[in-house]
Amino acid sequence: MGMLGVKIGKIRLKNPVMAASGAFGYAKEFEELVNLAEIGAIITKTITLNPKQGNPMPRICETQAGMLNAIGLQNEGVDDFIKEKMPYLSKIGAPIIVSISGNNIDEFFILARRIDKIKNIRGIELNISCPNLKSKRLVAQDAKATYEVVKAVRKVTNKALITKLSPNVTDIVEIAEAAENAGSDAVSLVNTFLGMAIDIDARKPKLGNITGGLSGPCIKPIALRMVYEVSKNINIPVIGAGGIMNSDDAIEFMLAGAMAIQVGTANFVEPGICGKIVKGIEAYLRKHKIEKIEDIVGGLNDKR
Amino acid sequence: MKDIKAKIYSNNKVGPAYYKMHLDASYIARIVKPGQFVEIRCSDSSEPLLRRPFSIHKVKRGIEILYEVVGKGTEVLSKKKDGEFVDVLGPLGNGFILPGTSNLEPRAIIIAGGIGAAPLVYLAEELKKNKIKTIVLIGAKTRSLILCEKDFKKAAPEVYVSTDDGTYGCKGFVSKLFHKILKTTESKFETIVYVCGPHGMLRCIADICLERNFECQVSLEEKMACGIGACLGCVVKTKSGSKLACKDGPVFNASELIW
Repeated sequence: MGMLGVKIGKIRLKNPVMAASGAFGYAKEFEELVNLAEIGAIITKTITLNPKQGNPMPRICETQAGMLNAIGLQNEGVDDFIKEKMPYLSKIGAPIIVSISGNNIDEFFILARRIDKIKNIRGIELNISCPNLKSKRLVAQDAKATYEVVKAVRKVTNKALITKLSPNVTDIVEIAEAAENAGSDAVSLVNTFLGMAIDIDARKPKLGNITGGLSGPCIKPIALRMVYEVSKNINIPVIGAGGIMNSDDAIEFMLAGAMAIQVGTANFVEPGICGKIVKGIEAYLRKHKIEKIEDIVGGLNDKR
Repeated sequence: MKDIKAKIYSNNKVGPAYYKMHLDASYIARIVKPGQFVEIRCSDSSEPLLRRPFSIHKVKRGIEILYEVVGKGTEVLSKKKDGEFVDVLGPLGNGFILPGTSNLEPRAIIIAGGIGAAPLVYLAEELKKNKIKTIVLIGAKTRSLILCEKDFKKAAPEVYVSTDDGTYGCKGFVSKLFHKILKTTESKFETIVYVCGPHGMLRCIADICLERNFECQVSLEEKMACGIGACLGCVVKTKSGSKLACKDGPVFNASELIW
């Protein structure tokens, strides 16, 4: 491992910069623009057991320093993923982590069992925190439900297991602890904040789904605070996400306690951003004469 | 497709809220087809955050875009000075398909509604290069909003204009003008209609084409985030399932669309 190498569960990453699920498609979309092998890990767009149509248009809307999206997990289902997407993903040279979502524990279980059989997939991220689905309450809004889903999936896979948490909760630490206790190798946070926007002339919501997930620079301070709180209270690695636009943002998350970070919305603004963040982190380490990245994880001096 | 830093040669106001920006983007200019588009980052800050999509208006020593100031992104873009640089990602999407070989001689009818003229000038120029007989119909709300009449006249022998309020050309919607043109022109041609404009107008033109069995290619406008098919933010319903405006379009065959 070079100076930027980190470990998440069983996976050794050459650097801590991951492309976040839903913001990087199935990587092929970026192939002409990005050296994919440079990215620490790629988390594919969430797949479900059966194909999913997604939400009505409009699905995206820009807000102050951020964006709302309500895509609704549109995907072609796990069979298509394995047949059509995996051959390409297998050869790009970056570790592949597959994001999965299910309507119930059984679906998570079946999906994880299928994914576990595929050699070139290094890890699974449990998307229990998509805010754009019909269900009243997300798995990630309930510690017990989180525990049960993670526990069920843990039984069928030895691959690195990451649980993606929702910020739309009263106490995110409680949910992170449930994931840890159920055997998750890491938690990633945060998914998007539930929000909305209104067209005042038409008196209509700006999203077809009425509400959507807020992402981008506007959520960064809240995401950072949550990463800080969670990493102080659990012993598995925390993967930080939420409005990271550059290497300074990434370093903030790592100082707050994140072992790795995920870049989402920024990929839409600057397709080559992941590679740029890797270089920026490296420059920071050299500038401060830090030998390895792990030395900055949780390195915040918060003593008074 | 590449993400390039392009120098702004010029950025001038050409109408009440219309601007034309000329960019040094030789890579894009070399390979771009009519109807394709670019995503421009209007600001390096997070306001506005996302890039904005613009169709290619002309290809000449780089590329030109023609745009209307409709919100924050285009507002910021309109204030850019000559010599500044912007990030330009492109060329993106699938453009118009030029008439192929058929038994009948092809005839193109270009119909531009408002700012919808933007991608159609480059198309008209390419049709001229390919020696395709072309008629252009331009529609706008009022005289001051008519775009590109001169450019179209350079590329096509027949250019007709309509305004909703009758201040210039034929009075009424451009669809009315379309009906009129069809009545007075011969139909010994294989007609292909290329259209870009407001949604209601596209639908109306598409219906007329369907009735007459004309091929009709429409260029759709959607809000986009990534522009490369990753975010799935710009879905379009078609008879063969969900497609993406950014990757499968923005040009679609009208008979394929579910309006």
